[in-house]
Amino acid sequence: MLSPSSGNTVIKSKLISRRMFLLTAAKAVVTFGIIGRLVSLQINERTKYKTLSDKNRFREWKLAPERGVIKDFFDKEIASNEQVYQVHLIPENSKDIEKLFVRLKTILNISDKKLFYLKKIIAKQKPWEPIIVSDNITWSEFSRLNLFLHELDGVKPVVSVARMYPDNSSAHVLGYVSQVSAKDLQTKKYLKDLHVPGMSIGKTGLERKLDEQIIGKIGFQRYEVNAFGKRIKQIQINQGQAGKSFKTTLDFEVQKFTNELLKDKAAAVCVMDVYNGDIVSLVSSPTFEPNEFVHGLDKKYWNSLIKNEKRPLTNKTIAGLYPPGSTIKTLVALSALENGIIKPLDTFRCKGKIELYGEKFHCWEKDGHGIVNLRKGIQRSCDVYFYEVARKLGVDRLSETAKKFGLGKKVLNGFIEERAGVVPNTKWKKKFIGQNWYLGETLHSGIGQGYFQSTPLQLCLMTAQLANGGFEIKPRIIYDEKNNNLKSYIEYKNKNPNDPLPTDLLVSNFELKPLFKNQEHINLIKDAMFSSSNEPGGTSYRHRWENKKFTFAGKTGSSQIKRFTEAQREAEVKQESLPYKDRDHALFVAFAPYEDPKYAISVLVEHGGSGGKAAAPIAKKIIRKVLERHELRQRVNNLLGETV
Amino acid sequence: MFRARSIQSSLSFKDKILSIDYVLVISIFILGLVSILAMYSTDGGEFKYHTNSHILRFFVFFGMFIVLSFIQIRFWHSQSYLIYLTFFILLLGVKYFGLTSSGSKRWLDLYFMNLQPSELMKIGLILFLAKYYHRTSIENINRVRYLFLPIVVLVAPVILVATQPDLGTSILIAAGGLTVAWLAGVRVKFFTFSALAFLALLPIAISFLKPYQKSRILTFLNPERDPLGAGYQIIQSKIAIGSGGLFGKGFLQGSQSYLDYLPEKHTDFIFTLFSEEFGFFGSLFILLLYAVIVWRIVRIGNITRSNFGKLYCYSFATAFFIYVVVNMMMVLGLLPIVGSPLPIMSYGGSSMMAIMLGLGIAMSCKLYKDTPVN
Repeated sequence: MLSPSSGNTVIKSKLISRRMFLLTAAKAVVTFGIIGRLVSLQINERTKYKTLSDKNRFREWKLAPERGVIKDFFDKEIASNEQVYQVHLIPENSKDIEKLFVRLKTILNISDKKLFYLKKIIAKQKPWEPIIVSDNITWSEFSRLNLFLHELDGVKPVVSVARMYPDNSSAHVLGYVSQVSAKDLQTKKYLKDLHVPGMSIGKTGLERKLDEQIIGKIGFQRYEVNAFGKRIKQIQINQGQAGKSFKTTLDFEVQKFTNELLKDKAAAVCVMDVYNGDIVSLVSSPTFEPNEFVHGLDKKYWNSLIKNEKRPLTNKTIAGLYPPGSTIKTLVALSALENGIIKPLDTFRCKGKIELYGEKFHCWEKDGHGIVNLRKGIQRSCDVYFYEVARKLGVDRLSETAKKFGLGKKVLNGFIEERAGVVPNTKWKKKFIGQNWYLGETLHSGIGQGYFQSTPLQLCLMTAQLANGGFEIKPRIIYDEKNNNLKSYIEYKNKNPNDPLPTDLLVSNFELKPLFKNQEHINLIKDAMFSSSNEPGGTSYRHRWENKKFTFAGKTGSSQIKRFTEAQREAEVKQESLPYKDRDHALFVAFAPYEDPKYAISVLVEHGGSGGKAAAPIAKKIIRKVLERHELRQRVNNLLGETV
Repeated sequence: MFRARSIQSSLSFKDKILSIDYVLVISIFILGLVSILAMYSTDGGEFKYHTNSHILRFFVFFGMFIVLSFIQIRFWHSQSYLIYLTFFILLLGVKYFGLTSSGSKRWLDLYFMNLQPSELMKIGLILFLAKYYHRTSIENINRVRYLFLPIVVLVAPVILVATQPDLGTSILIAAGGLTVAWLAGVRVKFFTFSALAFLALLPIAISFLKPYQKSRILTFLNPERDPLGAGYQIIQSKIAIGSGGLFGKGFLQGSQSYLDYLPEKHTDFIFTLFSEEFGFFGSLFILLLYAVIVWRIVRIGNITRSNFGKLYCYSFATAFFIYVVVNMMMVLGLLPIVGSPLPIMSYGGSSMMAIMLGLGIAMSCKLYKDTPVN
């Protein structure tokens, strides 16, 4: 066994070495394979894996920013923030969610429906993401919660801030905020990287218009977390940035006053500075409680809102469309004067009605106004006079003037609810109704009926632009300290009363856009409006102010909902005896003080009957209120003007 | 006979000390220190349970390695079968008295430590087959009746270990055994035949696999199949290694392991942890250490005169290499997660003990390189 094997052993040893060589070669290949893999992971793809590793490591919790406040002209907060007590819950920190909810129910007032909803959310999101169990609990609930906190693992009492409206008088113009909906996330790009669960965004009004800026910048807390999602340490905290606050031109006092006046009525009021377009008041009635929307709307309350026939959710000042009625007569007359159709002293005879094109056209005064010129036509609001004027003028020229004065288009920027209304003309009818214009329709248009549709704000703007001498102004709600060209023009004019200023000079020196060819025409209209309000026989004579400080010049209007039948006309049916829904809308536009116009107002009372009876008395009170506060406002204006 | 005896007797203690392969010893020692660093990091930068016990084990077994080096190669040769048999009995013991942990029965409770005989079997089988093929003459090696015993001694422990169940270790045991047979000159066709037979039996074997083992294999084929379940380990390990980049995140800065994203970071995924903290160059350094160790063992095989020594050293070096690369390929996502420790680096007493035993025998081949074994 020993000696013969020595040669054998050598052969064997060579065989072993040969095979070992093969193995060594294989090892080298495998080693290079591993190095190759290391190169690929640690060099070629290191950025990808670094990102993945950081994604593992860090988890961010977003912090909702504080919404900016909205202030009125006197810096009073009309949309502010208040401290609220909330209950948050991080599901993964709770051992037994079901038990926890049972316990929570005994401490807080949570409905089964809400519980069901919460469980659905928990199932949908990551276990470490907090959910808001209740976003507004009372102090007593909050303190009770804190008392029992030791047995409520996962529950976190949070003191947060939420939108609070001190008053509901400005609900429509401010709008409301509410939870972000799925649709909001789709349609609003700025919400993309901004969304925090439980955050509110503006849904209507200014809240919506300003949303992008007022919402602020989101904050976050970045934590390092371990594989089980447990926070190890806070890496970074960014408190975010509170939203920008805005100062508006609104006067909270006037808002409240107006809202109180309009209580229980379906009505709208706009008040505007005739020189710079500052909207002093914009009230729609009935109002709603915007605070109800902040913390999830109560279904009952919602139903009561949408079922109310006075439509409390509609901002009637900008989204309510009404035929302008007789308030348009100011523009009809102006258009006729400007186009040289009539002269101020041209007269027509009103016999209570005229027959034209085989149709009877009635004046509201059954017995007629007799001989009527322009001034009397506006003072008495004689329909027959304006039938005649409109007939001669034609609807196309009328529509041109009406559009110039702001009718038929949106006049505010960025309010999604605002509507444009309609200023009809022959082309419009062809395009939208597909029919030719009937001459009879011109007559209806002449008294603001027929296809005419306008918002109370448009009528206010129209009046303001007449009051300021016929210059274009742009209505604004957000306070803007920009110089007012119109004011400097007026000052110049007061110093040099006899200096004629041709249109081109107005444009070049004061950057003013006159809406007239001859300013005398504007003055004629203003004078006629004065007589309508302040001279016996005027349609709003009964509601004038004798005090020169408050004296206003206005124009009444009532927009017909339903045409009177001949029988009703014969029976002299009074508006008050008609069913509510069939009554005319009452309208009144005015500017004040007459001698030195400062503000324009439009008042609409839905189904209020005649403008003189229903709308003018409201306007009268508001005009006084606004003018009483004028000096105060002026002082703020000067103060702000000086600091700039 | 006489000459051999005279050579042997002429070896003084000084000669023995001088003929120790210091490159190998130092490499192992450095690797041990590196493994302590890594273990310290898994404990979050504190001397806690894992670190302390790893340090203890390393030094105890390192000492054992040195002591074993001085045991005559003749002893290892003569006692091979007995050693194998002892380990096999221990394996059987596991089957009946073993400790069960996370669904598998792998350990024997020896009071001072939990012994995992399957780790020892890795060395035992190599030792057995090295002696067997040393004794089998070259003409007989490829005779079928001479293949019978090797197949039995290989398959028996493999089945025992596989049914613990411990797929990873059973594969590694088999790999060591097959390496010896291959080096001894068993023809390629036998390997081919057994591979075919294995493939034929594979469906049956698969039916014996536990669901979690099946899932591991499926997960290896597509790690994103179930990123939070079985694929989690591979994905997190790749993220950890990849995010280490060129220079790593720094000692104790491995966020993946520190934040518990890394599973089994003490044992199978220790390389991942090291690679995350020390990057590409750190990984290369570890690879280099292992390459040096393998090279030095192969070199002992080259210079040792007995075929037993050659067979043992080459096989052990190859097996050692396989343990290393299987573990690395596993954590790099190149192989399914089968559960195999990284020699010396990984936490685990039995694995450390087995490797040091293997190294001790190899070093004994160096010290007695000219001594005939029979």
